[in-house]
Amino acid sequence: MSAGVGVDLENLWIRFGDFVAVRDANVNINGGDFFSFLGPSGCGKTTILRAVSGFLEPSDGRVLIGGNNMKGIGPNKRPTALIFQNLALFPLMKIWENITFSMEIRGASAKERRKRADELLDMIALPGQGDKLPSELSGGQRQRVAIARALCAEPDVLLLDEPLSALDLKLRQHMRTELREIQQRVGITFIYITHDQGEALTMSDNIAVMKAGVIDQIADGKTIYNDPSTAFAASFVGENNVFRGKVKRVMGNEALIETNRSGDLVARISSANQGRMKEGEDAMMFIRPEAFTLAPEGASGDHFVTAKVNHEEFEGNAFNIFMEGEGGKELKVSIPNLGQSFEDHTGQNITLEYETNNAVCVPAGELAAE
Amino acid sequence: MPRFLKEFFTRNGVGIGSLMLGLVLFWTIGLIILPQLSMLDFSFRPNLPPPEVGGPKDVYTLENYKYLIFGPEGGGQAFNAVDLKVFFRTLVAAVCVTVFNLILCYPIAYYLAQSKGNHIRIFALMLIIPYWINEILRAFALRIIFGETGVLNTLLVGSGVFDTPFDFIRNDIALYAGLGYAYILLMIFPIYNVIESLDRNQIEAARDMGASWPMIHRRVVIPYAKPGISSGCTMVFMLSAGALAAPQILGGPSSLWFTQLITNHFTNNSDWPQGAAYAVVLLVTCILLVLAIMRLFKVIWEISANEELLLHAAEPLVLPGDLLRLSPGATGDHVGHCLQLPGLPADDALGMPDL
Repeated sequence: MSAGVGVDLENLWIRFGDFVAVRDANVNINGGDFFSFLGPSGCGKTTILRAVSGFLEPSDGRVLIGGNNMKGIGPNKRPTALIFQNLALFPLMKIWENITFSMEIRGASAKERRKRADELLDMIALPGQGDKLPSELSGGQRQRVAIARALCAEPDVLLLDEPLSALDLKLRQHMRTELREIQQRVGITFIYITHDQGEALTMSDNIAVMKAGVIDQIADGKTIYNDPSTAFAASFVGENNVFRGKVKRVMGNEALIETNRSGDLVARISSANQGRMKEGEDAMMFIRPEAFTLAPEGASGDHFVTAKVNHEEFEGNAFNIFMEGEGGKELKVSIPNLGQSFEDHTGQNITLEYETNNAVCVPAGELAAE
Repeated sequence: MPRFLKEFFTRNGVGIGSLMLGLVLFWTIGLIILPQLSMLDFSFRPNLPPPEVGGPKDVYTLENYKYLIFGPEGGGQAFNAVDLKVFFRTLVAAVCVTVFNLILCYPIAYYLAQSKGNHIRIFALMLIIPYWINEILRAFALRIIFGETGVLNTLLVGSGVFDTPFDFIRNDIALYAGLGYAYILLMIFPIYNVIESLDRNQIEAARDMGASWPMIHRRVVIPYAKPGISSGCTMVFMLSAGALAAPQILGGPSSLWFTQLITNHFTNNSDWPQGAAYAVVLLVTCILLVLAIMRLFKVIWEISANEELLLHAAEPLVLPGDLLRLSPGATGDHVGHCLQLPGLPADDALGMPDL
């Protein structure tokens, strides 16, 4: 699989005046990987992409593509192709001219270009649409044309800057599958920028979670979801319930957390933090809504949480229970709908149980904004 | 009442609606169309002393137009060489001024439109401020700069570039500079307006794909800016062909502008019909020239995009599916131009199957 060309960022710093957009980023992207930078807007992920594509020179550190330092090499000379957030198709060129613009630059004949355009149009399932203008296509079709245009340049690395954000939900979900398929077919490295964790999780081989210019964690999707290394990663990727408190006791891979509201609870220490959590230090514990089960009333212990139910909702595939939580934030519980009967608990106290393996604790840190 | 009028009145109310409509109609009909029609009427009448106007001699005639082409009756020459020469020289000079302005203003407009920050506002203000000054004063200012003992000559002679002052005025350099300068804003702002709305990502996308700057301008920016370029060129051409102040003040003694002939007929000769005929000829020629050039450029641009395809259209054997896919009734650039190739039976040239 690693036939493609890898990208490495070494001690990469990017500053705009006093503002540090990217702080000491170190990333190794394997050739042929689908790699995502995931983070809220303004976290510096687009800046990293621009540094890889060559529109920005790093203030410090290096960008290597296929092991070659890219310093001083302009965007038109790098083996990268960028897909813009708004796609940036040329509105006055026909689809086939758009797709083969890179060949036109290299001086290919119209016949050659036309032939290649038709091949690529077949690949993106838009055969025979070459003579239309971009404005005559739908959003999803334009999306695919942008991909074809980038692929036509035969780049070693394809850079995608939130290309799905302008599409509606259904199309976005469909394009995820399609993008992943295209990537596996062409086998080149994709670097994908997104603030949508669903996109990152479904498509990527590896994900870098970014916060305010800093890369918090780099791992595959499962690891990021199940074994976050920071409070930010835990709260940004997927829904999560946070319990704040102090480490009371460390027991091997687990820790007993004295939580502010829910008594002493036990949780697995995330892999990145094992051996680094000390008794008495501030800690945060995270439990996913779907990791809870309803426990018999009155049960207590280090893996039971009791709280008052504020309200409930039925979502189809799950019953959602919203309970009084910390700091004004509600504790959310999702009970899968397997056809069981479900009574209304509003106003009552209920007790929840979780498996300690499904609770993860990390040192206290900044949470992602809602 | 047509629907757009009805909508117009529902949106603005009958009172304000009719006021606005009335003013617009007064402006277009009363102040533009009727005076021009009156000029047209004048141009076909003989120049008669007031008592004879409306009399038996007041009949429509082509005499005024004949005068421009053939000169005074019984004159020694076959053509009115003097006036015709001035006429064509004016047109050619106006085209030159337009082209010169386009070359000068396109980079400025591109720079203004694509850079951000406060200095752009200052830059634009600096372009606009000179236009607070009256056109005639500006022309005189240029005369001071370009005159024999003017600023430029003093500098050039003083620094030893020239031994004797260079006559910028007799060589028409002052005139071209003055005309060019008078209308730069009319060239810059239409182009600026269009380029400003060009998505910067398109330029970056082209660059990312390896395009050089000339290529980016040729394939991305200029096609997009075409409406702005054509309206800028139209305005500059029309106005410089019809300019009076700059030629009067900055023109050399031997370089009359056609507008000066027109004024002469109206004022010095008191020959309104003759002046009107000259003005009508200038107006109509300018309009036709602009339309012709716009048409020509559109076609050239489209062909340059597809010229290679055109060549292949002439070789039936090498046609892959791309051209075969066109159906007989298809319209569009490729088809249109292909079919218009002279001497090529359209269907054979395209190798179209019978559908």
